[in-house]
Amino acid sequence: MESTMPVLILAIPLFTFLLLGLLGKFMQRGMAGVIGTSAMGITLVLSYITAFTYFFSGNPLFISAGGDRLQAVIFNTVWLQFTPDQIDAAGQIVKHGLAIKLGFLLDSISAMMLVVITTISFMVHLYSNGYMRDHHGVCEKGFQRFFAYLSLFSFSMLGLVVATNIFQMYIFWELVGASSYLLIGFYYTKPSAVSASKKAFIVTRFADLGFLIGILILSYYTGTFNFTELTSVPVEGLNDVYAVSAGTAEHIRSIFADSKAPLFMGASVMTWALVLIFMGGMGKSAMMPLHIWLPDAMEGPTPVSALIHAATMVVAGVYLVARLFPLFLMQTSALDIVTVVGAVTALYAAMVACAQIDIKRVLAFSTISQIAFMMVSLGVTRIAHTDALGHEVHEGLGYMASMFHLFTHAMFKALLFLGAGALIHAIGSNDYTAMHGLRKYMPVTHWTFLIGCLAIAGIIPFAGFFSKDEILTACFGHSTVWAIWMTLVAGLTAFYMFRLYFLIFWWKEHKVHGEHVPHDQPWTMTLPLIILAAISCVAGFVPFGNLVTWNGHPITGAGFFTNLDNLNWNVAVISLCVAIIGILVAMKMYRKENPLPEKMRSALPRLWDWCHHRFYWDELYMFITHKIIFDRVCKPIAWFDRHVIDGTMDSFATMTNRLSVAIKGLQSGRIQNYVWVYLLGALVLAVVTMLCVL
Amino acid sequence: MEKTMLCYLIPSLIMFCCGVYGFITRKNMIAILISLELMLNSVDINFVVFNRFLFPGSMEGMFFTLFAIAIAAAETALAIAIIINVFRSVKNVDVEEVSKMKF
Amino acid sequence: MFSNILIYFVLIPLLMLAGLGISRNVKQIRAVAVVGSTALIALSVYLLVDYLGQRAAGNEAEMLYTGSWSWFTPLNINLSVGVDGISIAMLILSSFILFTGSFASWKIDQPKEFFLWLILLSTGVYGFFISIDIFTMFMFYEVALIPMYLLIGVWGSGKKNYSAMKLTLMLMGGSAFLMLGLIGIYYHSAPAGQPLTWNLLEIAHNNAISTGWQHFLFPMTFVGFGVLGAMFPFHTWSPDGHASAPTAVSMLHAGVLMKLGGYGCFRVSMYLMPEAANDLAWIFLILTGISVVYGAFSACVQTDLKYINAYSSVSHCGLVLFAILMINTTAMTGAIMQMLSHGLMTALFFALIGMIYGRTHTRDIHEMGGMMQILPYLSVCYVIAGFASLGLPGLSGFVAEMTIFVGSFEQGMIDYLGGAGSLRLVFTIIACCSIVITAVYILRVVGKLLLGPVHDDHHRQLTDATWWERLSTATLIICVAAIGCFPNFFEQLIRFTFNPEFFRALAANVPVLN
Repeated sequence: MESTMPVLILAIPLFTFLLLGLLGKFMQRGMAGVIGTSAMGITLVLSYITAFTYFFSGNPLFISAGGDRLQAVIFNTVWLQFTPDQIDAAGQIVKHGLAIKLGFLLDSISAMMLVVITTISFMVHLYSNGYMRDHHGVCEKGFQRFFAYLSLFSFSMLGLVVATNIFQMYIFWELVGASSYLLIGFYYTKPSAVSASKKAFIVTRFADLGFLIGILILSYYTGTFNFTELTSVPVEGLNDVYAVSAGTAEHIRSIFADSKAPLFMGASVMTWALVLIFMGGMGKSAMMPLHIWLPDAMEGPTPVSALIHAATMVVAGVYLVARLFPLFLMQTSALDIVTVVGAVTALYAAMVACAQIDIKRVLAFSTISQIAFMMVSLGVTRIAHTDALGHEVHEGLGYMASMFHLFTHAMFKALLFLGAGALIHAIGSNDYTAMHGLRKYMPVTHWTFLIGCLAIAGIIPFAGFFSKDEILTACFGHSTVWAIWMTLVAGLTAFYMFRLYFLIFWWKEHKVHGEHVPHDQPWTMTLPLIILAAISCVAGFVPFGNLVTWNGHPITGAGFFTNLDNLNWNVAVISLCVAIIGILVAMKMYRKENPLPEKMRSALPRLWDWCHHRFYWDELYMFITHKIIFDRVCKPIAWFDRHVIDGTMDSFATMTNRLSVAIKGLQSGRIQNYVWVYLLGALVLAVVTMLCVL
Repeated sequence: MEKTMLCYLIPSLIMFCCGVYGFITRKNMIAILISLELMLNSVDINFVVFNRFLFPGSMEGMFFTLFAIAIAAAETALAIAIIINVFRSVKNVDVEEVSKMKF
Repeated sequence: MFSNILIYFVLIPLLMLAGLGISRNVKQIRAVAVVGSTALIALSVYLLVDYLGQRAAGNEAEMLYTGSWSWFTPLNINLSVGVDGISIAMLILSSFILFTGSFASWKIDQPKEFFLWLILLSTGVYGFFISIDIFTMFMFYEVALIPMYLLIGVWGSGKKNYSAMKLTLMLMGGSAFLMLGLIGIYYHSAPAGQPLTWNLLEIAHNNAISTGWQHFLFPMTFVGFGVLGAMFPFHTWSPDGHASAPTAVSMLHAGVLMKLGGYGCFRVSMYLMPEAANDLAWIFLILTGISVVYGAFSACVQTDLKYINAYSSVSHCGLVLFAILMINTTAMTGAIMQMLSHGLMTALFFALIGMIYGRTHTRDIHEMGGMMQILPYLSVCYVIAGFASLGLPGLSGFVAEMTIFVGSFEQGMIDYLGGAGSLRLVFTIIACCSIVITAVYILRVVGKLLLGPVHDDHHRQLTDATWWERLSTATLIICVAAIGCFPNFFEQLIRFTFNPEFFRALAANVPVLN
């Protein structure tokens, strides 16, 4: 494949960032929006063409004769060479040195992510043209800066997903972190936004520390950063084309097992490496206990939340695990950790989402919970086997389900966030108590939001149903306990989403304040909603089992109804029932104003308090960072430095000074004193001499 | 009374001790200078006496004394000049008081 | 003598001194400073290009452009010059910082005297980097240190007398160790019966310093240079010194002068005494490892901008010495990269702090806030400098730190698996933690100083950067971004200058996997 198009996919957003960032203040604000959006539009088209070519062209670079999807390295250039290549006498490279390369790896998940990122990013760009204006259509201050940051983010995120090696991923990982920091703190005059952005950056940085150490361990043992060398084997006869293979991962595992120190503190070093890398993923994907930054990140403008903190950046952790999946598959203890972390986070976030007032926070926790679904789905994936109920479990079903959910979730969660943004823009508050009964005033928002809610709740035939169903099937295939656990969380999901929906659009009649009547927003804002709602309706029918699997080997057919045909109806019925129960309970409680919620709350005050305060995680972190690290580590160290170390150095000077002062008196400058001393000395000497002589 | 060395040396010693005593106790620069001269002159006497009695054939002691007297005169002139200048600028010739240039 | 290009690195500053001597007004002084420093940039860039050309043509000598002129024959002291990729990197760094520093002190009081001392200082710096005779190296080192006393004492702020005295005394204390070490090296520089020499290359080839003497001389020279490299616990001159120094002096000091320490440690201590370096590395690894996290933790609670930066320099320069002690090619390459990177970004920081201080007359972060609204240009530059410092990819800090971590981790694992203890590994992981702490203090400053509401309404009248300030900061940002975006160029420049023989000697001592 030509490398022009992939280069352009990365270069256009970067160029737009530089253009808007450097020259933005010389252009009209609206102009910046147009430039940013159209650049993103071009990137969107290019990405679609690339993904389409990858999936459907039948090019032998992308699909093997056996129908397996391959990995193609479109380009790969050395960016930073750590250790030189070893060259033998004949000038042939014996062994490649360690080097960070920048490249473009096209395979099923990166192609899928290209589509997701550019779609959502374009929608958000379009939407922001409306959202970042006041009610008179005047652009906000910093409009150019906003679009510049959005471009920077899109560039970084695209670079992340097409990374050919783990260090490239780390580089863009940091860059998305930085653009997230800039965008959360977009309203930088607001102290809450500033501290939220700081929190997001530092928490994810802390996680990245684990990621970095994991990379170091992995690369030390394997001698490479490249994904293709870690997880795939080259396809014969083609340059730079690889097929994912469990055999390579098995080889990597044997490298670890054969090393001089295969175990560290009782666990295999490879498990340590993978868990540390997963820690990076936990930070970015807001898994417990590193989730605390994501709810605060809602301080950013709502389109940003939709793009970064719902659809794209926060799934980077899932993507990372998926990228290294063959390695994880070899080290199932690492996968078990992924499962446990995911399952605990899913339940936790779902419970907390039930007790939030701020609509963006509900969505944030729902995002955490849904990403945890993806993690669990990856965690329960094993090689093909027969489950407890006697059903054949497809090889890598959970992996496929996870990617599928990533895809559908991106669409409907972006939809929900953009809908929430429309509401916030119309009402001027994040609080649902200021909304209530908006369905008549904002019909488009209402209907699209409803579709989003149905999708996330998992109602057939909306997108979420299919992906969630696959996840639950995968869970059932692995362990009944986790399956029941996740089914319960799915029920909670339906409940809290419809709680939100009813509280916003029903509950009671909307009180109109003054002349300002809430209404649907301009087309730039409604169009993305409609498009995303349409996608949410049909995305469930995308034959993911055919397109995206862990080793490229299709597990289902490619038809439009293939997902329906392959449904495991036992699981589907259970999950549907649970979802409908959740919705019905929410409807009973919140459709009309009634005292039931209040009663529930007073019946379980402790539970409500804990959920509302997010189980006091923030307080715990505050305590650790401020009271322990800041007060008990930093301050004593600074004190120690000033008073002990510097004190010692100063005391050398002081001592020298004191000594000089002490002996200064001897040099009085009075000759008469000197004479006295001289005379006495002469006398003493004379006496001593006489004594000696005598 | 036989003229022995002692007859000359004892007054010289007394002169020297007076000089030392004066040098140590007096605060006035002029007085200190006079004490200094006393010491110098007593040393001159010693030179001459030793030369006269111990080495009557040679004249080095005499010459040296003459030199010393000449240099002492020059030195006194210099000292007096300094003292006068000090007096002009600080209106004082007390060594305790004139300590501005000490450190 | 004048046919050797390196001599001009000393001659141009001397000509500038002469030019300053005869210039009559501030315009002429500025002209001399700008023309001279531009000439130095041009010269160093030309040197770089020519050097790469010679290397490409297959010249594999350790040092190029070597030359030697006798100075004091009885003790065999020569003015010997020669450069390799590392020295060239340092020369370029010095030129850029001198250039930007001249612009940063556009409005200084008593410009003539200020620039005289500043240029004298940089004469010392250039002389140090081009010398390969350890005596003249030491002499230039002292030439670079002394003007600092006057520059801080006269043009400084705050407790300037105290700081200037402290800085000078501590660095002189280091020099005392250093001189002892260098003289010791001289007396063991050649096998018995051969003439003694001060020349680095000859000493390295003679390899005549016995291991016992190395164990005595290595700590002497390492501590001597380490004091200037702000090694714990000899770093305390740095916060006070930087806080009191005027802008350009802070820039030059943190940007270039502290690099003299790292460069000296590398060039003299490690290069001449590799065995002792390997044996005694653990002591200094502990000290420098502590520096890295200790400086970062200390920076977290400071409120004075310059103190924050000084402590951050302690942390970053600690990383330089730490990586040098890894005795691993990758880590050492990273160390030199970190010297370049830290030099540029810290100069940028100090320039910006000076510019902000010049407007607000305070450096306390609690007394400022919301500068982004008032001084957008300077604030954006500050954010970029901060990002460089906390290691954002695309800026210089990232590549340097990652090279160091990859190399150190490699060496740590080699040690660990080879049964040589886990000290290097443990300290590498501790040093990695600094990336988190750095983020904390950088973002704390950015949050308090630049973002948020405006703290003091009087600050609203402040004006943003002038053209010379823009030129100065933009140049540095371009350099920082250039290293960050195209690191391989610099990495290769540095890496391929490592003397193979030197590493053969090192490898003999370091346990190797397989």
